[in-house]
Amino acid sequence: MNRLKILNILIIFILAGVLLAGCVSKQPTEITLNGAGATFPYPLISKWSSEYNKIKPNIQINYQSVGSGAGIKQITEKTVEFGASDAPLTEKEFANLSGILQIPESIGAVVVAYNLPGIEKGVKLSGDVVADIFLGKITKWNDPNIVSLNPGITFPGKDIIVTERSDGSGTTFVFTDYLSTVSPDWKSKIGKGKSVSWPVGLGGKGNEGVAGLLSQNPYSIGYIELAYAKNQNISYAYIKNKAGHFIEPTLETTASAAAGAVSALPAGDASWSSVSIVDAAGDNSYPIGSFTYFLVYKDQTDQTKGKILAEYLWWAVHDGQKYSSDLLYVPLPNDVISLNEKTIRLMNYNGQPLI
Amino acid sequence: MNRRKLSGDFIFEAVVGFFALCILILAFLLFRELFVESGLSRNTFGLGFLTSSTWDPVKEVFGALPFIFGTLVSSFLALLIAVPFSLGIAIYLSELAPEKLRTPLSFIIELLAAIPSVIIGLWGIFILAPFIRDYLAPPLSTYLGFLPLFQGPMYGLSMLTGGVILAIMIIPITSSVSREVIMTVPTHQREGALALGATGWETTWIAVLPYARSGIFGAVILGFGRAIGETMAVTMVIGNSQKISGSLFSPSNTMASVIANQFSEATSNLHVSSLMEIGFLLLVISIIINIAARILVWKLLRVEGGGRA
Repeated sequence: MNRLKILNILIIFILAGVLLAGCVSKQPTEITLNGAGATFPYPLISKWSSEYNKIKPNIQINYQSVGSGAGIKQITEKTVEFGASDAPLTEKEFANLSGILQIPESIGAVVVAYNLPGIEKGVKLSGDVVADIFLGKITKWNDPNIVSLNPGITFPGKDIIVTERSDGSGTTFVFTDYLSTVSPDWKSKIGKGKSVSWPVGLGGKGNEGVAGLLSQNPYSIGYIELAYAKNQNISYAYIKNKAGHFIEPTLETTASAAAGAVSALPAGDASWSSVSIVDAAGDNSYPIGSFTYFLVYKDQTDQTKGKILAEYLWWAVHDGQKYSSDLLYVPLPNDVISLNEKTIRLMNYNGQPLI
Repeated sequence: MNRRKLSGDFIFEAVVGFFALCILILAFLLFRELFVESGLSRNTFGLGFLTSSTWDPVKEVFGALPFIFGTLVSSFLALLIAVPFSLGIAIYLSELAPEKLRTPLSFIIELLAAIPSVIIGLWGIFILAPFIRDYLAPPLSTYLGFLPLFQGPMYGLSMLTGGVILAIMIIPITSSVSREVIMTVPTHQREGALALGATGWETTWIAVLPYARSGIFGAVILGFGRAIGETMAVTMVIGNSQKISGSLFSPSNTMASVIANQFSEATSNLHVSSLMEIGFLLLVISIIINIAARILVWKLLRVEGGGRA
C-alpha cells in the first residue's frame, strides 16, 4: 500500500507537470538578440536592455562590451545581430562589410582633465595648446601659452605630467581626432586612432586607470569621458571652440556641437568615415565629442529576429533617448533621429521592409 | 593474459589517453593559430619586427623591441627581488621553522598565488606605486643617482614598480617549488654535515643547497616563466610607454600588456597580426623557459625519487 501511495503522488506530479507545460507553451517564446562592441555606450545600452525587457518581456537584448574592434569583427562574422562602435567605420572596414548600416545612437564627450592643487576649476585651454602639451612641446604649467589663456590664475612652475589611455579606445579616437583637426603638427606626427604612438606620458588602462593616475599625480593632465569625470568629480578644462569661446563640457554644449553637424551627415547606408563633430561650428559647441554607433545589416536573414531588431533600434533612438541624460549621455538631436528613421526603414528581409 | 582485464584496461586507457591527447591537440592548434595569424606581420616586417622600436597603429608600422625589452627587464628585475626572498622562505620552512608553523605558513604563501592579478594590480596602483614614488625612489636617486638606472623623474608607475609587483606574484611559486626541492635532500646529507661539526647555517649552505641546486634553479626559472606571461597587474603599474629607457624610473611596457591593451580595439589586419606575432613570440619564449625548468626540477626529483617529506 505504500507503493500505491507513491504511485498516486507520482501521477499527481505528472498531471501537474502536463498542466504547467500547457500553460507555459501558451506564452510567446523567448527571443534573445546578441550585440557586441564598444565599452563607452555599455551603461546606456544595458539600461535600454532592461527597460525594453519590461515593455516586451519575451525579448532579451544581450550586449557584450568587448570593445569596438571586437564588435566590428563579430558583426563581420555575423556571430551577433548588432555591433556597436565609438568611431565610424573606416573606408576599408566599410568596404569589407557590404550592406552595413551605421546608426548613431548616442553622443559622448571627452574632457581634458587635470590635477592642479589649489586650482579646482576654471582652467582654460585651446586646441593647439593641448596638442603641444601632449606632443611634449609645452612641459611646464607656467608656460606663457597657458598663462596667456588664463588671466587671473597663477600657475605653478611645475612639470606637466601627461597621462593617456594605454588601451585602444574610442575615447582616444575622439581625442586624437580633435587634436588632428586643430593641430597640423599633431596630424602629421601622430594622427588619429584608437591606439596611437604617444610621444610622451604615462599610460593608464581604461578611464579608471587614467583617473587613478590623475588623482595620484599632482600637476598632471589627461583625457577622460565626460560621464566618468562628472561622476568622479574630476576637474576639467574649458576648451576654446571654433567660434573662439571657451566652453565648459556639458550635455548641452556637446549636443549643440552635434546639432551643428547634422546637415552634413551622410545616409545610413553610405560611408561615415569622414563624419566628425570635433571642433564643430556654433557659439556654444563643445569641441571634443563624437557619435557612437550601432552597426546592423540592411538585409536581415531571419525574419523574426530582423523585425525584433528593427523595432528595438527604433525604440532606442526614440523612447530610449530619455534615459540618456541621467546616465550623462547626450540625447540625439531631432534631425539625427529622423535620419535614423530613414536608416532603420532600409532594414529588410527578402526585400520586405521590417518596420 | 586475462581477457576481461585486457578489455577493461583497454577502454580505460583509450578514454584517459583521449583526454590527454585533447590537451596536446589544443596546444598544437593554439600554436598553429598564432603562427598562421601572425603571417601577415611576419611577411611585412620580417626580422625587423624584433629590432624596430616603432609601434604606431595609426601609420601601421609595428616593431616589438620595446615590449620584448620591457618583458625581459621587468622579469629579471622581479627575479632579482624574488629569489633571495623565496630562498629564505624555502630554507626557513624546510629547515628551521617549528613543525607547527610549517603547514600554516606555506599555506598562506601559496594563498598569495590565488589572489586575482587585477586585485594585486589595483593594490599596486593605489598603495605600492605611491609608496615607491614617495619612499623608495627618493633615497635611490639620492644615493645611487649616479647610475643611469635611477635617474629621471619618478611618477609611481614605472619599470621598477612593475618589477616589484611581479616579484610579489612569483614568490609563491618560486618559494614553494624550492621548498619541495630542498625537502627532497636526503636526511643523511644533513646528518653527515652535522656529524662533521657543521653549524645549522653551514649544514644548509654546504650540504643542502648544493644538493638542491639544479632544482632551485628550476624553481627560479618557473618563476621567470610566470613573470614574463603575467599581464593584468603589470599593465596596471608599468606605465605603458613604448620608449626604451635605461632608467628603472621610466614607464615601460611588456609583450603581454600591449596585447591586453590593444587587442580588443585593433581593427586593421596588420595591427591584429602584429599583436598575434607578439603572442607567438611570448608563447615560444614561455615554452622554452618552462621546458628548461621542468627538466631541471624533474632531473632532481627523479634522482631522489620519493624523497619528499
